[in-house]
Amino acid sequence: MRPFEYSRASSVGEARTLGGRFIAGGTNLLDLMKLEIETPEKIVDITRLPLNEIKETGDGGLKIGALVTNSVLAADERIRRDHEVLSRALLAGASGQLRNKASTGGNLLQRTRCGYFYETSQPCNKREPGSGCAAIGGFNRIHAILGASTNCIATHPSDMAVAMMALDAVVETEQADGHNREIPLRDFYRLPGDTPHIENELKDGELIVNIRLPKPKAGYHVYRKVRDRASYAFALVSVAAIVKMDGSEIAEASLAFGGLAHKPWRDPKLEAMLVGQTPKRKLFEDVADALLADAQGQGENDFKIPLARRTLISVLSEATQGA
Amino acid sequence: MNKHVMDEAIGETRLDRGTQGVIGKGAPRYEGKLKVSGTAPYAYEYLAGEDVAYGFIVPASIAKGTIRSVDATKAEAVPGVLTVISGDRIVRAASQPMAPAAQTIDGEVFHYNQPVAVVIADRFETARHAAKLVKVDYDAKEGRFDIAARTTVREPASMPMEPNQTRGDFESAFAKAEIQYDQTFTTPSYQAAAMEPHATTAKWDGERLTVWTSHQLLETAPGQLSKHTGVDADKITVHSPYIGGGFGSKLGLGPDAVMACLGTIATGKPVKIALTRQNVFQATSRRGETVQRVRIGVTKAGKITCFAHETDTTNSPGNGFFEPSGISSVFLYPGEDRIVSHNIVETDVLMASACRAPGEATGMLATEGALDEIAEQLGLDPVEFRRMNEPEVNPQTDTPFSSRRLIDCIEEGARRFGWSDRPKTPGSRREGEWLIGMGMASASRKNDLMESSAEIEMSPDGRATVRTGMTDIGTGTYTILQQIAAEMLGLPLDMVDVELGDSRFAPSSGSGGSWGANSAGSSVYVASLALIRELASRIDADAETLTLKDGHAISGNRQIPFADILKGEAISVTGKIEPGKQAEETHQASYGAHFCEVAVNVVTGETRIRRLLTVGAAGRILNEKTATSQCYGGQIWGIGYALEEDLVIDKRNGLIVNHDLAEYHVPVHADVPQLDVVLLEDRDPHASPLAGKGIGELAIAGVGAAITNAIYNACGVRIRDYPATLDKILAELPDDYLTAA
Ligand SMILES: Cc1cc2nc3c(=O)[nH]c(=O)nc-3n(C[C@H](O)[C@H](O)[C@H](O)COP(=O)(O)OP(=O)(O)OC[C@H]3O[C@@H](n4cnc5c(N)ncnc54)[C@H](O)[C@@H]3O)c2cc1C
Ligand code: SF4
Repeated sequence: MRPFEYSRASSVGEARTLGGRFIAGGTNLLDLMKLEIETPEKIVDITRLPLNEIKETGDGGLKIGALVTNSVLAADERIRRDHEVLSRALLAGASGQLRNKASTGGNLLQRTRCGYFYETSQPCNKREPGSGCAAIGGFNRIHAILGASTNCIATHPSDMAVAMMALDAVVETEQADGHNREIPLRDFYRLPGDTPHIENELKDGELIVNIRLPKPKAGYHVYRKVRDRASYAFALVSVAAIVKMDGSEIAEASLAFGGLAHKPWRDPKLEAMLVGQTPKRKLFEDVADALLADAQGQGENDFKIPLARRTLISVLSEATQGA
Repeated sequence: MNKHVMDEAIGETRLDRGTQGVIGKGAPRYEGKLKVSGTAPYAYEYLAGEDVAYGFIVPASIAKGTIRSVDATKAEAVPGVLTVISGDRIVRAASQPMAPAAQTIDGEVFHYNQPVAVVIADRFETARHAAKLVKVDYDAKEGRFDIAARTTVREPASMPMEPNQTRGDFESAFAKAEIQYDQTFTTPSYQAAAMEPHATTAKWDGERLTVWTSHQLLETAPGQLSKHTGVDADKITVHSPYIGGGFGSKLGLGPDAVMACLGTIATGKPVKIALTRQNVFQATSRRGETVQRVRIGVTKAGKITCFAHETDTTNSPGNGFFEPSGISSVFLYPGEDRIVSHNIVETDVLMASACRAPGEATGMLATEGALDEIAEQLGLDPVEFRRMNEPEVNPQTDTPFSSRRLIDCIEEGARRFGWSDRPKTPGSRREGEWLIGMGMASASRKNDLMESSAEIEMSPDGRATVRTGMTDIGTGTYTILQQIAAEMLGLPLDMVDVELGDSRFAPSSGSGGSWGANSAGSSVYVASLALIRELASRIDADAETLTLKDGHAISGNRQIPFADILKGEAISVTGKIEPGKQAEETHQASYGAHFCEVAVNVVTGETRIRRLLTVGAAGRILNEKTATSQCYGGQIWGIGYALEEDLVIDKRNGLIVNHDLAEYHVPVHADVPQLDVVLLEDRDPHASPLAGKGIGELAIAGVGAAITNAIYNACGVRIRDYPATLDKILAELPDDYLTAA
């Protein structure tokens, strides 16, 4: 770990003027700093900022402070009642101890678990732009099958973000110059392209203040996470689904996927295919095929293609029967 | 020295009489309160409050080649850095168990992330940062990383077993066999992954070197450190009173110990080194991956006629240790004509060494799977098939078994588990998305008695203190030694103290190979007898018939408190156990059976274990609670072997890719169902004076195969390439399971 300067911000305004890398729970940033994968010169501790409340927005939605911990968020009565898929996704992630520390803002920004990203002596375009990608042709079991590039095939590891994607969350920020802006989560993350080191739309010094959930999405909520052990493992494939039925027809559907790409994956085309239809196995298969039409395995992760297909079909049949 | 050589079977002993009534009972852990209150000091916690320095390892960024130069200028310029040690004294990894010393690097790189230098600084953070500033130049060479390539194949050493044992003419017998089973199994590399990383505190005072380190086997430690530092062995003391798990990886001395010693001598300050988790994974030792060919000839009626188990396993240059996958195949099943053989495929990867039941853990994943497959082919119940193939004597040597309750374990397990309710065909039992299946496997673990000694001192008030250089790696050694001494001497448990883990104490077997309880325990038995003789002689009583209970000697109608016999004087005696003719004249092993119920998800191929029962017979059980607890541990590791553990070596460059506990998966609570362990009443008078046998690793042996056999019974997918991750199951799951969902 490189020596760094530490300061603690007491207000949002101070946080952005102090200039430096924000640290919240530190469960990701500190690990990366110890290995010198991240080497910030200045750290701004934001844990004392008044951003740890979950407030109602009036239109039935919720505003989640960036510092609300994953444990608190998962246990919140309103989340459990109205945004169930989020609670489930949070509880499927990490471990109790980590969730007690992990913040909502930090969770959105956690970095990939690619083994070569973690080994500083290996080429990695995300860690060291232009150095290459050791995961291509290497051990890439956990890597992407959608939206990857020849420069990076990493996945985004968050469960929480997948559920928030399905819930149409909006990221509220304050920029270094004091301006506020709102970024819908679906526009927040980037695909790797030829700049895999740039992962989202945040600008230098831009602080996530809140994450807003619009009014609750009625229907049956599912978060299905498939992984290599029963708990405490990142998703190989995960599906967040909210399906509302109208009689025997699907009235609304919202789907997001984890473990497949450099970002939580959302494909509106799939939802359009479902709406107005009667649930049938054939329909689910078509939706899954549409999701995976451009999927490409990297060798070790080829299995994710059939796994995602089967998981989605199963989730859809559960959600439509349950609704 | 009072010595007992195990030349003859043991008769009735004070342990059988059980006058004090403490042996075998589930006495609570002797050191338990210290551990749960955080006051049992581990190696890294010594010298708290003293002015100490910290070391951090500089790892190699290539897997093979020559070190051209090490430039530490930038690191040494960091304020707080005391020195940077590089050069030939740096060690590659841990030492092999009982080796004279660890392998030094001698200007070479033998594996990826091998230590190249160590930075010593006044603070841990400074050392860690400066380690990144050390610049190393290499001449990189092409390495060998793939066992399947078999680039260099060589003979193993004779550690930990005679690698090649054959009998008769297997090839012709197999050619003639009515049914020929021939399959190849593979197991990946593993990390022992003990909770406490290897760690050391070392202090050089100009004359003596005092070392606290997390180490299973102290006996050779001062000698090894002497070779590495040039300090006379008799000026070196090594302490390992508490150890947070070792699983074989601490049988050798860790690189932290060697480098902390070099550091304290170089700087004159005490030095602490705790390996990071990444260091543990890449600079201590690992279990070699294996490719195992199993061939078994069987008659149509189900009699095994010949048996071959041939293993390829890896190790790095200069290492003869091999994963002895065939260790149980030597004696477990019959067959006149036999081959058990091992080859080392040399690779340029971290050295392979002992890891959680070397041999059985990997070998029985293969052979117990094979037996299940053959039973199915013959239309026999796996329990019945094993019953039909129970040998009378060791099939390799014709020596009699000392005690062998394998079939009893299997039958007891089958009854308790409800084996008769096993689904008859794969895919026939289903609950929603889950297919349910049951599997079983045998367990066996070769028993070894090792030379070991212990001192018992009885103080004038009649309290006894046991002292031995033995270690307790979390297994319960403190407690069982306390129980043995208490039972033998007729003392309540709280009148017996135990001191372990000090190289100045009587030399012991150390903790490894499941021999610790039996070996160290027998030395306490021998010392106790000597002490009893001394007490008896002082009151003119016959030592043999003297009754001892609650701190009193009872002879005829006399009942004398020990304090009265001692008359203000302390007595100290030392006892030693040595293996003898019994080890040759009988074949000794512990036995067991595992029964498992799993659910396999038809959509995702995920496996969940629902029930797991192990029945074991391992001679006298010294403490029911700690023995059972050892078995739980074995069962849990078995879940890891079956479903999760896989130390991934990048075949292009030799990197261990998943070098931390986030990505190297061991079972977590949610993977572990209700575990059941039943220990049968057993005595093995040939194994040791305690009539006990090793139990630590018994429950690991075969348990993984019980799980994969259950997976087959659930869904019809045979796993021969471990672990049984969901992708392997998914690839072979028939699609009609899905449509039926
Ligand atoms: C072993 C392990 C297993 C895990 N398993 C899972 C899992 O299964 N599923 C899962 O989803 N997650 C998992 N996690 C990841 C965990 O959820 C994240 O580490 C955590 O959510 C990060 O939150 P934090 O507050 O600690 O972030 P920090 O480490 O403090 O910060 C992370 C990043 O966010 C930035 N940041 C933090 N807050 C803000 C803000 N308000 N504005 C702008 N930038 C900010 C920091 O600068 C940093 O770049 C696991 C982690 C570990 C270590
Ligand atoms: S996949 Fe991305 S993160 Fe992994 S090595 Fe390649 S560039 Fe780096």
